[in-house]
Amino acid sequence: MRKALGLAAFAAVLACGEANAQQVNVKIGVLSDMSSLYADIGGPGSVAAAKMAIADFTKDNPNVKVEMIAGDHQNKPDIGSQIANQWYDVDKVDMIIDVPNSGVALAVSQVANQKNKVFIVSGAAASDLTGPKCNANTIHWTYDTWMLANGTGTAIVKTGGDTWFFLTSDYAFGHALERDTIAAVEKAGGKVLGKVRHPLNTNDFSSFLLQAKSSKAKVIGLANAGGDTINSIKQAAEFGIVKGGQSLAGLLVFASDVAALGLPTAQGLILTETWYWDMNDTNRAWTKRWQQERQGKWPTMIHAGVYAGVLHYLKAAVALKGSVSDGKTVVAQMKSMPTDDPLFGKGTIRADGRKIHPAYLLEVKKPEESKHPGDFYKVRATIPTEEAFRPLKEGNCPLVSG
Amino acid sequence: MLAPRFGGDRMFEIFGIPSTALFGQLLIGLINGSFYALLSLGLAVIFGMLNIINFSHGAQYMMGAFTAYLILKYSGLGYWPALIIAPIIVGFTGIIVERLFLQRLYKLDHLYGLLLTFGLALIFEGVARNYFGSAGLPYTVPESLRGGQNLGFMFLPNYRAWVIAASLVICIGTWFVIERTRLGAYLRAATENPTLVRAFGINVPRMITLTYGFGVSLAAFAGVMAAPIYNVSPQMGSELIIVVFAVVVIGGMGSILGAIVTGFGLGVVEGLTKVFFPEASNTVIFVIMAIVLLVRPAGLFGRRA
Repeated sequence: MRKALGLAAFAAVLACGEANAQQVNVKIGVLSDMSSLYADIGGPGSVAAAKMAIADFTKDNPNVKVEMIAGDHQNKPDIGSQIANQWYDVDKVDMIIDVPNSGVALAVSQVANQKNKVFIVSGAAASDLTGPKCNANTIHWTYDTWMLANGTGTAIVKTGGDTWFFLTSDYAFGHALERDTIAAVEKAGGKVLGKVRHPLNTNDFSSFLLQAKSSKAKVIGLANAGGDTINSIKQAAEFGIVKGGQSLAGLLVFASDVAALGLPTAQGLILTETWYWDMNDTNRAWTKRWQQERQGKWPTMIHAGVYAGVLHYLKAAVALKGSVSDGKTVVAQMKSMPTDDPLFGKGTIRADGRKIHPAYLLEVKKPEESKHPGDFYKVRATIPTEEAFRPLKEGNCPLVSG
Repeated sequence: MLAPRFGGDRMFEIFGIPSTALFGQLLIGLINGSFYALLSLGLAVIFGMLNIINFSHGAQYMMGAFTAYLILKYSGLGYWPALIIAPIIVGFTGIIVERLFLQRLYKLDHLYGLLLTFGLALIFEGVARNYFGSAGLPYTVPESLRGGQNLGFMFLPNYRAWVIAASLVICIGTWFVIERTRLGAYLRAATENPTLVRAFGINVPRMITLTYGFGVSLAAFAGVMAAPIYNVSPQMGSELIIVVFAVVVIGGMGSILGAIVTGFGLGVVEGLTKVFFPEASNTVIFVIMAIVLLVRPAGLFGRRA
């Protein structure tokens, strides 16, 4: 009897051991803009962040084997969905992450849905990804246009900037950012006097800036990104826009953009982000590691989002014992588990796929206030988690309304 | 409120735009046109004299801006010295490219030169992206050209006034040298019949090499001019070069005067499009190109079909 019990116990131990150490194999694809205007806000930096997440996770979970590939969507929705199709079908990729450029992200989100795989958005901004275009296979991690609009737009109207003129990038992202900011501005009691839509990758903004100037709006909202934002701000300084009493609102500005502008040109600019490298010791330590691969660069919130997104995905994969072939189940698992990572802290993923965490209203420092390289911002306000993102019921996401 | 202010005094309107605002936009168009003119001038010189379609022109423009940045960073020399030094350095790299590669292609079809220079452009851009990233590098307007003038109908930054003046001087100077001087006559003769010109004791290959170097340094000069106002990034040239090629095609391949006039003219057309229908501002030049090619296949100033 004793012997039988002992055997049973031994068998149980074996079974448990096997369950714990069950081999988990997943394949992750980092799809980003590797060679054009968004390559510094995502691109190779996102690949580095994903690698760090994989290294950190597999160190503690040696039974997890993660393969990673990377690709360049060249900011073209057709190329993006073509790569996504091939990765999901041929290369057996389980999860795609990053995808800056909302046009491409919306296309990839559809592919992920059709193939029932997982898509975690870090780079793209359009709030439609968790709004009318949401689906059960997509999670939007880092930020979105509603959060940017709400953070920067509301804060500026409250401090007296109540008339607005928009310079808007003429594609999905710009339209979404403009729409969400107009809503935020009008809700806070402001008025929109005009807008102009410029093509992506515009070199010269002087014509648009003159139109903005003649509108006499107090605030010129820049609903664009990357090189377009840099050019707008650089030329606004040249045309004396700020000296003439109008102020600029950078609705989507990254640390890399501030580095490209230099503090003398960028100082005083108000912006919203969900993560800043110089905010606390954990972020600084992470940045130091990240910079081993990306020397002389500063990580953006998109890179932080890729790191955190990969970690959470791997946790879900382990919880599901490695059966990750059904994308909807994996995403449901990710939504049911609270998130907890060193960069964004504790948080949750809502039913519509929106990951929620606090946002920060930042102001670019004056050159003399900056103490060390990369010391770009002072934090003006923290927008708490429950206010930072669009309320669940206002998004018109079919997953929520049923 | 008697003092005229921008957009303030609506004397008369054109399609709903106050006339004063329109003057401003015309001037802005001319300024942008001066960049097109400078770049297409270099292209026209290279095509006209060497029969090479220089697709690396955009990359060489980018190299001009980057060299200005590096000069500032490593030697502390500002904008004015860079305006001279950067074109010389980049022009010298052009000479190396010509000696090593291009001179072997003159006898072949245009397509080979195009492919080679396109490949080089990708390499130059890739190297810049690898070392500097894609977001861009900071470069500011020189102290002496900050601020601007209030012209009544618009605020004209001093730097833009300088851009238009410098560009006009360079364009007219280049046109004069090539079309009206003995040196220019040698050059044009060497394109028509190199053997005969060589028989007169003129070192044709060296002249061609220097001409390519000059065309490249024009691109670099435009790059330095652009650095304070446009984002200095590896892709700054590739964004612009397509438009500049359209300008050259409209003006007539290889026509110096055509390149200059169309450069300024299309700047104005594009500027006006930005007011009336901004979404089309990056396509309008190509629409014009299509129409011109249908009506005059050799371009507006082309010498022969």
